[in-house]
Amino acid sequence: MGWMRAPRTGGLMLLALIVAAIPWFLPNNFYFEMAILVGINAIVAVGLNLLIGYAGQISLGHAGFFGLGGYCSGILVATYGWPPALALLLGAVGVAALAFIIARPILRLKGHYLAMATLGLGIIISIVVSTEDWLTGGPDGMYVPPFTLFGWELYGEAVWYWVIGGLLLLAVWLALNIIDSPVGRALRALHGSEVAAQAAGVDTTRAKVRVFVVSAVFAAVMGSLHAHYAGFVTPTSSGFFHSIELVTMVVLGGMASTFGAVVGAAILTVLPQLLSGFEDYEMVVFGLILMLTMIFMPQGLVPTLARVCKRRDQRASPIPGVDEVDP
Amino acid sequence: MRGKHVRAWLAASAVAMASSGAIAADTIKIGSFLSVTGPASFLGDPELKTLQMYIDQINAEGGVLGKQLALVHYDVGVDADNARTSTKRLLEDDQVDVIVGGSTTGTTMAAVPLVERAGVPFISLAGAVVIIEPVKKWVFKTPHTDRMAAQKIFEDMKARDITKVALISGTGGFGKSGRAQSTAVAGDYGIEIVADETYGPKDTDMTPQLTKIKNTDGVQAVLNFGFGQGPAIVTKNYKQLGMTAPLYQSHGVASKKYIELAGDAANGVRLPGSALLVADKLADDDPQKPVVIGYQTMYEKATGTDVSTFGGHAYDGLMIAVEAMKTAGSTDKEAVRAAIENTQGFVGTGGVVNMSAEDHLGLDLTAFRMLEIQDGDWVLVD
Repeated sequence: MGWMRAPRTGGLMLLALIVAAIPWFLPNNFYFEMAILVGINAIVAVGLNLLIGYAGQISLGHAGFFGLGGYCSGILVATYGWPPALALLLGAVGVAALAFIIARPILRLKGHYLAMATLGLGIIISIVVSTEDWLTGGPDGMYVPPFTLFGWELYGEAVWYWVIGGLLLLAVWLALNIIDSPVGRALRALHGSEVAAQAAGVDTTRAKVRVFVVSAVFAAVMGSLHAHYAGFVTPTSSGFFHSIELVTMVVLGGMASTFGAVVGAAILTVLPQLLSGFEDYEMVVFGLILMLTMIFMPQGLVPTLARVCKRRDQRASPIPGVDEVDP
Repeated sequence: MRGKHVRAWLAASAVAMASSGAIAADTIKIGSFLSVTGPASFLGDPELKTLQMYIDQINAEGGVLGKQLALVHYDVGVDADNARTSTKRLLEDDQVDVIVGGSTTGTTMAAVPLVERAGVPFISLAGAVVIIEPVKKWVFKTPHTDRMAAQKIFEDMKARDITKVALISGTGGFGKSGRAQSTAVAGDYGIEIVADETYGPKDTDMTPQLTKIKNTDGVQAVLNFGFGQGPAIVTKNYKQLGMTAPLYQSHGVASKKYIELAGDAANGVRLPGSALLVADKLADDDPQKPVVIGYQTMYEKATGTDVSTFGGHAYDGLMIAVEAMKTAGSTDKEAVRAAIENTQGFVGTGGVVNMSAEDHLGLDLTAFRMLEIQDGDWVLVD
């Protein structure tokens, strides 16, 4: 039964079941759209969680990478007629290179300074895409053609749902494997104490740079796909508020919990739509829910709930060795 | 928390299902997405109030085709992604019969591909010319375009023998589009743009740009394209720098708010505006007079605030849609679309609308009035 409880097998299977089951409960394309947006946000949050939750580094500029991916696809495909898959790949590689180059100086900073530097980076990207209107269409954004692969057009909500659902599983699988690999252990070590990790022989800078690049690539790829799915890309997608939203997803769902990031993304994407009936009070209710969650569950939803379940479990049938499970 | 969340979900979907089950044949659904909050709330707020007010009134008078109208509205701020999701919700989940909305060009353009694919008539309330050019089968709009505003301004400049103009514009969507259109049509009026400055949406001081313009040789007039706070700051700085060349503003500032913000500095500023702003000063035989007076009276009575052009756009959009449904005799989407396209001689707050298959706006330059600000009020120039 042990494998059922390990996140790498049991958790992933549960997620796969949920992804497979959800379409049966979606009455129309609007709900499909919500599910797709949840998936896109979840993948970015899973990547960001590697950086925030495991490496303990804050990034307030991830929407910048998301936007860069989107604009890269938009410009190369719409303006220069590149094949979308190639544009997506180039966007990912370009963002990886950018992240790699700036990671070294940025990640030398700690705490607020690191947050400030990533914030600045995000804002610079956002300003560039909204002012260089000859290239990006300016504040109103630009049109992005549909995604095609070998002459087959990715079209319709159902198709997109399965693509994004598959990618979500892939992303979660990747993240769980990274966490359980030597790199992941190094990350967790440096999250605990960077000095201690260094003393134990961990190349902390290298570990941080790597995970920063990986999470930036997650964001860039999803930015590209989102641009193709939405059919346009605007500077809002690379803006400061989107960055904050992504960080909130990770924190709300539970830092250092891959499934937490998925849950956080789902809640933050769906909640505003559910609350649209409140009209003017929408933002107030939204803020209140977030505040109360953080006050009463400071570790985030999934870790807190997991601990509650575990405690109940142990009371019922104490199995030794179960508590090594780290959701 | 999770339990509550699931229950909220269930409750919400139950409500959604109940309401979709309740779409009896006796309601016509008017969908709308507007920028009621955020930096463009001065557009969305009067628009939403106008829609609610007139839908209530039409319902009280017996509705359209014997059916009651129901407004389904989502606030999208200025977020294009949100506009897209809300449009999908209107089309797929609420299954509206017609959409009247889209306060800004960005949110409108996000909705365009969806309504084109779904085949639902969409009347936009946003300014830029790209919305209707090239013509899109299902997309219409009511506000004058920025190109028309530029043309009207240059027409007035030409009449005053002005040939050298300095341009200062905001870098927001409205200012950018206005700048592009102004540069494009200036030549048609024998006008040369001798200086071209821009300012950011959050700038609080435009003295450097204006000083540059002041030091440019031969500037006979200055044109400012932008909306929100920017133009008011430009106007104030203009006065502070002692610049005396005529200052023109775009239709983006056509509300009392601008005069309040700019104060005395606004005296002598000229801008193109709709008849609504000068409702009580229109000639008695003006075809628009009864419509604009009626709208102004009703809006100011219901909301207690000054009327703005933007609410008028929503009035025009709603009424064109309602008239089209009456003409079509049904809410069949294609029939309503065709009826909107054939709108002839509709007198709205924005002007007299004559649409065609090539023109999904239907206004000409006469729809704009050249106004001058004198002692805190609008005065008709022509």
